[in-house]
Amino acid sequence: MSVRDTMSGPEPVLLPPTGLMASLRRVRALLRRYIYLLRSSSVRLVELIYWPFLQMLTWGFLQKFLASTQNPYAKGAGVLIGAVLLWDILFRSNLGFFTTFIEEMWSRNLGNLLISPLRPAELVSALCLWSVLRLSIGMLPVTIAAFFIFGFNLLDLGVWLAVFFCMLVLTSWSLGLIAAGVMLRYGLGAEELAWSLAFLLLPITCVYYPLSALPGWLQPVALALPPTHVFEGMRAILLEHRFDAQDLWWAFGLNVIYLAVGYAVFSWFLSSARDNGSLLQLGE
Amino acid sequence: MARDISEQNSAIATTGPLPIVVDSLAKHYGTVTAVDSISFTIEPGTIVALLGGNGAGKTTTIAMLLGLIRPSAGEVRVFGADIARDRYAVAQRMNFQSPYVDLPQRLTVRQNLMVYAGLYGIANAQERLEGVAAQLQIDVLLDRPTGKLSAGQKTRVGLAKALLNAPELLLLDEPTASLDPDTADWVRQTLMAYARARHATLLIASHNMNEVERLADRVILLQAGRIVEDETPTALIAAYGRETLEDVFLDVVRGRSVTGRSDTAARRAS
Repeated sequence: MSVRDTMSGPEPVLLPPTGLMASLRRVRALLRRYIYLLRSSSVRLVELIYWPFLQMLTWGFLQKFLASTQNPYAKGAGVLIGAVLLWDILFRSNLGFFTTFIEEMWSRNLGNLLISPLRPAELVSALCLWSVLRLSIGMLPVTIAAFFIFGFNLLDLGVWLAVFFCMLVLTSWSLGLIAAGVMLRYGLGAEELAWSLAFLLLPITCVYYPLSALPGWLQPVALALPPTHVFEGMRAILLEHRFDAQDLWWAFGLNVIYLAVGYAVFSWFLSSARDNGSLLQLGE
Repeated sequence: MARDISEQNSAIATTGPLPIVVDSLAKHYGTVTAVDSISFTIEPGTIVALLGGNGAGKTTTIAMLLGLIRPSAGEVRVFGADIARDRYAVAQRMNFQSPYVDLPQRLTVRQNLMVYAGLYGIANAQERLEGVAAQLQIDVLLDRPTGKLSAGQKTRVGLAKALLNAPELLLLDEPTASLDPDTADWVRQTLMAYARARHATLLIASHNMNEVERLADRVILLQAGRIVEDETPTALIAAYGRETLEDVFLDVVRGRSVTGRSDTAARRAS
C-alpha cells in the first residue's frame, strides 16, 4: 500500500460547535445513526411489532372470555386491552430509550461519542426522540390490529389518549435515564438489573387492577407514581365514562420531578464513571 | 531508578495555548496510583510518544486528556481550555483513535462516517468523507458493513473517523495493535504524512518501541504513573548507550537506569 498525499482533497468546513443549531445538528446526527441501525435489520423492525402484538392477542382473548361470563368489571369496554396497550407505551418507550443506549456499549462506540462534541443532554434528547419514533413504529400497527380483531378502539379514550401517551412516555424516559446511568457506572454486568427496572412499576402502578386492590399502606406509594393516575384514568373513562383532569395535573407534576431526578441520576452516574475510570472499561 | 521530571516541565506549563499542557496531573483509584503528578507540554506540530509497560499510566493519561477520566489532582489544558470544565470548547479541534473503541458494526462505513461528520459539525460531509476515504484507500469499502471488515481495514476506517474533522490534535492509543507489519507501517506513514502536511500535533500511547522510534519526535517514558524520561528517541538511545529504544525501555523498566545511567532530569542538570 502506498500513502497518498493527506493534504489533497477537500478541507472540512466546520460549523460553529456551540448554540442551538449546533445542538440540533448533533441530535439529528444521532437520530440518523439510529435510523441506519433499524434499517440495517428487518428482524429489528419485526421485533418492534412482534411482542406488543402477542401481548395484545393474549389479553384480548382473555378479555373476550371474561366478557362472556357474568363478571361486570370484565364486561367494561376493553379495559384489559386498554391496559395492555397503555402499559406497552410505557414499557416499549423505556425499552427504546434503554436498548438504543446500551447498543452504543455493545458496539463499543460510547467512547467515540463521549470524546466528540456531543453533550450528554444532546445524547439524552436523541434517545428520547428516538424512543417515541420507535414506539410509534411498533404501536401503530398493533393498535389498528386491536380494532380489527377485538373491536377495541384506543381512540375511544378521546383527547385523553394523547395526554396518557405523553405521561407514560415521560415516565419511561425517567426510568431509561436511571437504567442508562447504572450501565455507565457499573458496565454491562448490571444489564439484567437495568432491563428489569420498568417491571418494578408493574405491580404498584395498578396496570390491570384498580388502586383499591392494593393494601392501604401501598396506595400512597402507588399514587406517588404517575402511571397509576393514567391507568386509573383509563378505567374511569372506559368503565364510568368520567374523568377528573385534576388527577392528570398531579401526574404531570410528578413526571416533571421524576424526569429531573432521572437526569440528575444519569449525570451523577456519568460523573462517577469519569471519576472511577469505568468509561474506559465498559465491558462486563 | 530514573527520577520524575515534572518540576522541570511545570515551568513550561505556564506559556500560551499550546496543544497540550499537563500540570501536576494525578489519578488515584483508592490506594492505587495510576498517574502520579506528571507534567509536560507538547508543542504544535510535534509527534510525541507516551511510552510505558502495561499499567504504566499511558491509557489513563490519554483518557484524562480526552476528558473520559476526571483527574484526582492537577490540570489538563488543550489549546488553552481546561478539559475538566470546558472540553466542548476544543472538542471539534481534536480526535482520537484506539483499537479499544469501535464504530457500530451493523452500519456501513459511509453511514458511520456520515454520523460522525454530523457530530463534528462538518458542513461538506459527503465531499469530505469521500476525500478522506480516497486518502485512506477505503473508498471501495464505503458501502460495506463495518463489522465485515478485516482488522487492517477497520483500523483505516477508524483513522478516517479520526481525521474527518482534520484535527489539530490527534490522540492515538496503540494505533497499530494487532496489525500485520505491512498495514502497521502504512498506518505509521499515513500518520506522519498527516502530521507533517497539516502541522498537526500527535500524541501516541504505545509500547511498540519500533513504532515509536520511527514516528516520534519525542518520547515521554512512563513508569508506575511517573515520567521517568522525556527526550528525543535518538538522545535517549545515546544517553543510555544502547542500540535501540527497546533496550532503553528494558533498562528503565528493570531499574538499570541507576547503574551508570542518569535520567533526563539528571542529565540536564549536569
